Amino acid sequence: MQDFGAAFGLAFSLVFNADADLVEIILLSLRVSIGAVALAALIGFPLGALTAVVAFPGRQAIAVLLNALMGLPPVVVGLLVYMALSRAGPFGWMNLLYSPAAMIIAQTILVTPIIAALTRQVVEDMHREYDEQFRSLCIPPRRVIGALIWDSRYSLLTVTLAGFGRAIAEVGAVIIVGGNIDHLTRVMTTAIALETSKGDLALALALGFILLVLALSVNAAVYGLRLSARRLSYA
Amino acid sequence: MPDAGAAWSQRRDTVPLPLQVDGLCYRVDEETLIDNISVSIDSPGISVILGPNGAGKSLFLRLIHGLIDPSAGDIRWRGRPPDLAQRRRQALVFQKPVLLRRSVAANIDFVLKPLGAGYRERRDQILQAAGLFRLRDHPARLLSGGEQQKLALARALATDPAVLLLDEPCASIDAGSTLQIETLLEQTSARGVKILLVTHNIGQARRLADDVLFLHHGRLLEYSPAEAFMKCPKSPPAQAFIDGNIVL
Ligand SMILES: Nc1ncnc2c1ncn2[C@@H]1O[C@H](COP(=O)(O)OP(=O)(O)O)[C@@H](O)[C@H]1O
Ligand SMILES: [Mg+2]
Repeated sequence: MQDFGAAFGLAFSLVFNADADLVEIILLSLRVSIGAVALAALIGFPLGALTAVVAFPGRQAIAVLLNALMGLPPVVVGLLVYMALSRAGPFGWMNLLYSPAAMIIAQTILVTPIIAALTRQVVEDMHREYDEQFRSLCIPPRRVIGALIWDSRYSLLTVTLAGFGRAIAEVGAVIIVGGNIDHLTRVMTTAIALETSKGDLALALALGFILLVLALSVNAAVYGLRLSARRLSYA
Repeated sequence: MPDAGAAWSQRRDTVPLPLQVDGLCYRVDEETLIDNISVSIDSPGISVILGPNGAGKSLFLRLIHGLIDPSAGDIRWRGRPPDLAQRRRQALVFQKPVLLRRSVAANIDFVLKPLGAGYRERRDQILQAAGLFRLRDHPARLLSGGEQQKLALARALATDPAVLLLDEPCASIDAGSTLQIETLLEQTSARGVKILLVTHNIGQARRLADDVLFLHHGRLLEYSPAEAFMKCPKSPPAQAFIDGNIVL
């Protein structure tokens, strides 16, 4: 066992001196997870709203599937994306394995069901309230969906933050498809996992501290959003 | 209050009357909530649908607007069923206003925008007429009950309807707002818009009605000119209702 006190000291000096490697890792983490969440929102909002509003065959099945996929284990997603992107896989020719793009793909797959399923719940409740008014006004379905998404914007922002929380904290998917390559695909969670096992506790601790602060900030943001939505009566 | 529509109303088509309702029934499970209503409404002006709570007034309004399908019977607006094309010429103000989670102005814009350019001026005119202009940037859902009803009415008028349906627009709001809404309705009616107004307030019926439909337990007990109805109602429940007795 090495000296934990020294590790803590080193960790804080890394954080407060904005160590270049540390900053690089944090920025890549944010880039990957924000990219993935943006893509997931782009798919998940309309998909969730569609399943909430439009009666089409298989709608119930999609709703159940989305709910089930919310708990998708990251390592399984990582494995599937790995197989798809590996040289022998169907998308091997794209040469994406062990790149930030591969990590974004994996996290998008992980987060999309979460955003879609939560969006469906939010929009379904609002649809129940607006339905007769919209039918009375003869609003076409596309506009109905757009209006429901816009009017749920506060709730959907918290949904998005929940997705971001999931993405930024997961390690299983990004470590398989990214490989924790220094200066290329090393993100906070993979660095923590591997640096700890290598015994470099200082870097792991510094990253763990940042991750914790990020998680707390996301929660604070969700809380603040709820408050202001309620204040405006837009919740 | 200035008129909320005369200045910009584009509607030149005729009001789709008569409204013919034939053997209308609405059942949920085994319960008959609307019981064999037949009526033909051909008069312009304000028809008031009167009756105690639970009489079926709201259901009747939603049926003739085409929001729910009858279990039996037939509804015709000048010979046409209450389909999308008919609904486009009508506007319904719900008992509990359904306002979007947006500003007051954005609630009006929502129905005006599809009509294209110049919607901002029209919106401002409409808000002026409804006395809501100074509140245009407020979140709609933070308005008082009376203001919310006025906004819901203003939005309905913004769609430039030929027929205006209202479900207790003045229930549980203050006297000032009630007066403003009633004035707005009289002006709208004077422009030739057909109004069907649901209320259980006999005073409001007296003030506004040209003719009265009295509903009780899902049945239409009478349909008469307002004056005749107020003076000598034909059915005992209507008599009791006018006298201010509790009618169950
Ligand atoms: N979807 C429904 N299912 C069962 N009962 C209903 C439904 N809608 C309305 N009712 C009942 O029908 C009756 C008439 O309702 P309503 O038209 O709302 O009355 P009101 O005259 O007060 O507007 C009430 O007793 C109400 O409880
Ligand atoms: Mg009612």
